[in-house]
Amino acid sequence: MSMNAGLLQSQQQPGCHQEIIRLDNISFSVDSQTILSDVSFTIKERDFVGLIGSNGAGKTTLLRMIVGLIRPQQGAISLFGIPSGQFKDWNHIGYVPQRNHFNPLFPATVREVVLSGLYGRKKLFKRLSKEDVSRCEDALGALKIQDLGDKRIGALSGGQQQRVFLARALINNPKLLILDEPLSGIDIETQQSFFHLIKHMHQRHNITFLMVSHDMDMVRSYLGQEPKEKCGKLSFYVRHSHDLEDCDGTDLLHSLRKEG
Amino acid sequence: MDILTAEFFQRALIGGALIAVTAPLMGLFLVLRRLAMIGDTLAHVSIAGVALGFLINVYPVAVGLVFAILASFAIEVLRRTYRTYAELSIAIIMSGGIALASLLFTMGKGFNLNVSSYLFGSIYTLDSTDLAVIAGVTVIVLTMVLINKKELFLLTFDEDAAAVSGLPVKYFNIMLSILTALVISASIKIVGALLVSALLTIPAACSLTLSRSFKQAVILVVVIGEAAVLAGLWMAGIWNLAPGGTIVLLLIGILAVSILGTQIRRA
Repeated sequence: MSMNAGLLQSQQQPGCHQEIIRLDNISFSVDSQTILSDVSFTIKERDFVGLIGSNGAGKTTLLRMIVGLIRPQQGAISLFGIPSGQFKDWNHIGYVPQRNHFNPLFPATVREVVLSGLYGRKKLFKRLSKEDVSRCEDALGALKIQDLGDKRIGALSGGQQQRVFLARALINNPKLLILDEPLSGIDIETQQSFFHLIKHMHQRHNITFLMVSHDMDMVRSYLGQEPKEKCGKLSFYVRHSHDLEDCDGTDLLHSLRKEG
Repeated sequence: MDILTAEFFQRALIGGALIAVTAPLMGLFLVLRRLAMIGDTLAHVSIAGVALGFLINVYPVAVGLVFAILASFAIEVLRRTYRTYAELSIAIIMSGGIALASLLFTMGKGFNLNVSSYLFGSIYTLDSTDLAVIAGVTVIVLTMVLINKKELFLLTFDEDAAAVSGLPVKYFNIMLSILTALVISASIKIVGALLVSALLTIPAACSLTLSRSFKQAVILVVVIGEAAVLAGLWMAGIWNLAPGGTIVLLLIGILAVSILGTQIRRA
């Protein structure tokens, strides 16, 4: 979509279907090897974007750039309409990193990990409130892992760990959920139930999704056969969910739990 | 048993009890961030600072502290240069520290440099300045860790997630480096540069085999540290043993018992 049209639409419908992520001519290279070259893409509110690409296509690099872990060498990123360098509301973004990025022997319970989703700039120098603790229980309940709260994170199966990290991302009631290969390394059955959970959230809640995957079948089954846009080795599959009750931000955890 | 009531011994107990809180606590963070050997490195660099302090006639522990802080920054810079080889930066700075220390010690041959008291510790010679420094370090470390305990947990568990949630990760890394340097330079006189790393890492090693939650791990390192230091000093006092060595051997004993205990529990 061109820049002007996007701007026009966001002006027409203030508060709804605004631009969530905008990438303008992003380029990135390491040691003269180009990883991303001139990537431009816009993700709007309630889009479900599947980012597909072979190994080394720069999927993870692009995600890490969006969440501010690395800076683009060229081009600009804006989040919720704000240039990412000035963006402050990181609690609106839930990030589920690749599995196995953590030390499996780390002494931390599921509850401690899920609560850590709240520890952002806004919680600096503040204690956890009763409300925070009950949010944690809600998040555990929404993902049906309330029985695992006191277990050590490393003692869980891959699919359970993935649910823990999703719960950690959801505890802030995010408007944007970024998932890096959430389906890799877990068995097919668990993959399907996890993907089902994500689809369900997309259909019923005001969340925008950006998911990196190399599982073409599962992505295509929900997002359609053809990518909306291709940029080098990256393909963007998009499905928009607009036939929703309302566009207001409801508390995701509470409604998820009610539905569950 | 006279030794137990002697003033120098009581000073040793107080100093030891304070260090046994902070060193294992900082050690837990270091071990979990795969920087277990940083203690050894900073201790050796700190020794170079102590030697310089003697040479220029400045309070040696303070110069050691400055050296340790500089070294911890250098390690952080190297760690970023060789991302996946964290241990490389540690090896480089450690040998640099030993080289500098040996140079400064030989330069100071004319002075009365008591090298072994800093290499193996001399907890019985703590004076009131030393105790004040240790107490100050303990207060600073405990305050900073307690205020930021949530953030330090996230930073240690998942540095990327900490950055994504908008935490000032750089500031926290610098804080951890400085706190580590503080603890190490304060503990050198107690257990000695050669043994500092035991007080940092062995309580963490025990606690990692025993704890399920982070909270448990934090409590356990301090309990284990206190038990080993107080019992070690007491045994050393009664049987006239080297205090630093006794503490470290006790720690290793506790580690052996806790590993054995978890294996029996699993079997």
